[in-house]
Amino acid sequence: MIVVEKLTKQFKGQVVLNGIDLEVKEGEVVAIIGPSGSGKTTFLRCLNFLEEPTSGRIKVGDIEIDSNKPLNQQQGLVRRLRQHVGFVFQNFNLFPHRTALENVIEGPIVVKKMPREAAIALGRKLLARVGLAGKEESYPRRLSGGQQQRVAIARALAMEPEVILFDEPTSALDPELVGEVLATIRSLAEENRTMVIVTHEMSFARDVANRVIFFDKGVIVEQGEAKALFANPKEERTKQFLSKFLAH
Amino acid sequence: MEAGFQLALDSAPFLLKGAYYTVILSLGGMFFGLLLGFGLALMRLSRFKLLSWTARVYVSFFRGTPLLVQLFLIYYGLPQVGIELDPIPAAMTGFSLNMAAYACEILRAAISSIERGQWEAAASIGMTRAQTLRRAILPQAMRTALPPLGNSFISLVKDTALAATIQVPELFRQAQLVSARTFEIFTMYLSAALIYWVLASILAHFQNRLEDRVNRHDLES
Repeated sequence: MIVVEKLTKQFKGQVVLNGIDLEVKEGEVVAIIGPSGSGKTTFLRCLNFLEEPTSGRIKVGDIEIDSNKPLNQQQGLVRRLRQHVGFVFQNFNLFPHRTALENVIEGPIVVKKMPREAAIALGRKLLARVGLAGKEESYPRRLSGGQQQRVAIARALAMEPEVILFDEPTSALDPELVGEVLATIRSLAEENRTMVIVTHEMSFARDVANRVIFFDKGVIVEQGEAKALFANPKEERTKQFLSKFLAH
Repeated sequence: MEAGFQLALDSAPFLLKGAYYTVILSLGGMFFGLLLGFGLALMRLSRFKLLSWTARVYVSFFRGTPLLVQLFLIYYGLPQVGIELDPIPAAMTGFSLNMAAYACEILRAAISSIERGQWEAAASIGMTRAQTLRRAILPQAMRTALPPLGNSFISLVKDTALAATIQVPELFRQAQLVSARTFEIFTMYLSAALIYWVLASILAHFQNRLEDRVNRHDLES
């Protein structure tokens, strides 16, 4: 589903990603963990070109983008890729001037040219799917952080993406609101959707992901089946990182 | 006093005809100024250095020189290089070009004030830059831009009085003509001031209504 080859990212002379290779299979849920500044969020943002990789290749489905060529000559390809790759932001980034329903149907109507009636039906279904039936006409400002993030998930789903990327989806939430968002993501995992999740929620990563990847200093230090990696990390750096969480 | 009042009534047709030109110049200047200003704002925000630099120089010139000088340059200066404009088109050109510089800066600032996450959210669902601008950024930027745009519009209404210096028979010019003929200087200029005040107040009223409308999503649940 996703193939990443030799991805690098340099920023102001600093190496943020140093040659990442990764393959994600259809239906797989991959969690990316690691200390802050390890490059995990940058990596996720590179996957749909919110961040421009310095070099390397990214393939999603049958769309392949070679970052060794100038990106602005491949804008059409990037837009097509993004239609197949949903993205959920840490800060939700809902459109504040649009209602929950309008946020969800924006992509289908504007990008996919779906008839308005059909988009509205889809939008209502998806809002119900994330537990927000009845909130269709609410503006984001009137919703809690957890509700806003679930609208954002519905907005990503509305494009019927082949894969959804989550960038620390619960990090900006009050603790009591984390559970509802994780439950929504968990229910998507149960539908065998392909997902890549950058997260600090270790127990969630262990329970929901098929595979866990540990990032540090711009490289993949270790990866493996989720429960095995948490129970038996092999690399010293992974052990150190996980011990901080287990100590709590 | 009674004579003054009678005079104000008698001269009303002259002043109203002047006010008509004042309104035309204001509306036209605002309309073309906004149009050009929007284009300049996009140039200013462009990744292409030449475009943003051109817009920057334009704004710098039109904000850094007196409007009166710009009007003289257009009406008295341009004929020397073969471009002759009648007073009203010349004034309209001057006000539009000048307003465009201010509109550019207001729109550029408003667009820049929208956080990057909004661009990214639109990009993440596959929207083009133009779609993002139209559907996500501008509706939000207009909330920021409306108060200063309204203020500029009101300033423009008052600045149209400068057109009197290039033969445009607008409100202030008409007041000048009538007062020169009748020597009722105080009455005439007071009448003109009151008409400017009324025009500005009408504008301020519409500005408030419009601001309420774009702020709607703050108020409703």
